[in-house]
Amino acid sequence: MKEPSELVEQPLDLYGRPSWGRRLASVAGWGACGLATMLVAAPLVWVVYGVVARAVPHWHWSVLTTTTSAVGGGLANEVVGTLLITAGVVVLAGTVGVCSGIYLSEYSKGRVGTLLRSCSEVLAGIPSIVLGYVGYIALVIGMHWQFSLLAALITLSVLTVPYIAKTTESALRQVPTAYREGAEALGMSQMRTMTRITLKTAVPGVTTGLLVAVAISLGETAPLLYTAGFSDNVPSLALTHSPVAYLTYAVWTFYNQPSATFQQLSYDAALVLVVLVLVLILASRAVVARSQRYSDVSL
Amino acid sequence: MTLVTGQHIGAKAHGPLPRLSSAARRLSSAAQRAVLEGTWFRYLTGTAALLPALALVGIVVLLATKAWPAMVVNGIGFLGRSAWQPGSTYGAAVRTDGVLHPTGSDYGALPLIVGTLASSGLAVLFAVPLSVGAALAVVEKLPRRASQLVGMFLELLAGIPSVVFGLWGTLSFGPVLARDVYPVIARHVPDVPVLRFLRGDPGYGEGLLTAGLVLAVMIVPIVAATTRDLLRQVPDLQKQGAVALGMNDWEVARKVSTRWVRAGIIGASVLGLARALGETMAVAMVSGSLLGTMPLNLYGKMGTVASTIVQQLDGAFSDGTGFEVRTLAELALVLAVITLLTNVGARLLVRKVATTALPVGRGI
Repeated sequence: MKEPSELVEQPLDLYGRPSWGRRLASVAGWGACGLATMLVAAPLVWVVYGVVARAVPHWHWSVLTTTTSAVGGGLANEVVGTLLITAGVVVLAGTVGVCSGIYLSEYSKGRVGTLLRSCSEVLAGIPSIVLGYVGYIALVIGMHWQFSLLAALITLSVLTVPYIAKTTESALRQVPTAYREGAEALGMSQMRTMTRITLKTAVPGVTTGLLVAVAISLGETAPLLYTAGFSDNVPSLALTHSPVAYLTYAVWTFYNQPSATFQQLSYDAALVLVVLVLVLILASRAVVARSQRYSDVSL
Repeated sequence: MTLVTGQHIGAKAHGPLPRLSSAARRLSSAAQRAVLEGTWFRYLTGTAALLPALALVGIVVLLATKAWPAMVVNGIGFLGRSAWQPGSTYGAAVRTDGVLHPTGSDYGALPLIVGTLASSGLAVLFAVPLSVGAALAVVEKLPRRASQLVGMFLELLAGIPSVVFGLWGTLSFGPVLARDVYPVIARHVPDVPVLRFLRGDPGYGEGLLTAGLVLAVMIVPIVAATTRDLLRQVPDLQKQGAVALGMNDWEVARKVSTRWVRAGIIGASVLGLARALGETMAVAMVSGSLLGTMPLNLYGKMGTVASTIVQQLDGAFSDGTGFEVRTLAELALVLAVITLLTNVGARLLVRKVATTALPVGRGI
């Protein structure tokens, strides 16, 4: 298909020649934009290459099955801890966030809704280290839970709930009112309408929000440093008084240890994290693609 | 007929307790149950919606009560002083204004605030032109497959954890910069008083400029994705009108599209700035973690508020009076206020909601 500018003849100047200055400006401008695009894409390639080049040559699969010990070992406890924390955040923040999104889109009045939404956005803007500090003071020390899974889950959930609520609310708002009115005409109660009709239509949007929660809990370090602590053992399901290891701790702490084994563990952890993020991105694209195919509601 | 007094589906709700209207009382008991079921659900979801607001209030109250004694002793000059002395933590503690603290403790946040603002400012300076250029190319010029590829690159960049960026910064990016780029700049900048800050020892790659560049890489996804979504919303009629007047596609892009989304680009930049201000781990790894003094030159070590909190909190507990922990709470409060003001400014400028598949607004 032709560009719109190709359908119109380039205007000629006073002597019947096209203006070469404008064409030069056009070439220079798009060239600069192309350069900008490459500079935007290049760091990603460099980062991924750096991680892969450091981790893959010395990779052995037992890294995923051995726990970290004082002399090295593997990353089993970190991997299990990260997955545990992620699952817990999806459950905790997912429940609170989805319910909050439902309330904001279905039930809230004007002023109250705006106030709640603003509070949610302000909460989203608070830096993660501030939340980690408050979580440490309030939960680890204040509630005497020590470094624990529950403190980590609550802190990360406070971080993630605004994103899930916002995504859920916008997904629910895009469900046509006609669906709800049809359900009321058929005599369905509000809750039945919500669960059977509205939420089912909004599932792709809600899933995207939950995937954002997963992405955040995979990659956050600062809130976990002072709430989850660290442990050499594979985490049990104990909610309090039991610290939990996680992958980003391995990257943060081991990279400048005076031991090559630990530095290697740091690179391995970075590799696992990059792979998990890639899987996550592909999953979210699959969710969006599937939703575009089967529903008349676009995200 | 309304089923519950004054309540309609999906909209305004009145009254503290729902009562079935006389019309509804004529319904069967199953139907009455169905009506009230909705109300219970409304209270449940309402409580959930209230939780973020309660958490926000709790955080502010907790921080303020923890930081208040330190604020009393450090005073308003805390924001203007360059110092970081925990004092003699093994000696006797003294009382100032009723607050216990070690002898000789002296805290000042000026280098940290300047470091935070400078590194974030540099990040925005580098990231915004690149992002706007890339967004223009993606929306106006590149074929569809290439745009989708760039979109995926942006999502991946947004999803990579910040510690991985920090790792890359200290192991690959920083050393390359320190070896090849900084000495060239430092040597060739003229020796003029105004530009002295750009001359001097290029260091080993950990410092202000490296932190700014790493932060720029991290905020590019947000700014680029937001700008791309904004550019997609420029009305076709405007662009077609410009073409009808004889502009080529670069002039349309520059004079029409960019003008149309100018306020949005500023809003996106402020969003990126807010993200960079709160960034902790990558900066902690590439900034050099300086306490108590300003950076010597553009390439020198520095500290930011967030990186200082994350690195000093562990050791702060060796101060038995708890004063250093409270000073860190005061720092956290300062950071929260700075990012709050920036976020409010950003939201006022970016009205339209971005519609990316994986929202890139958070980054990690």
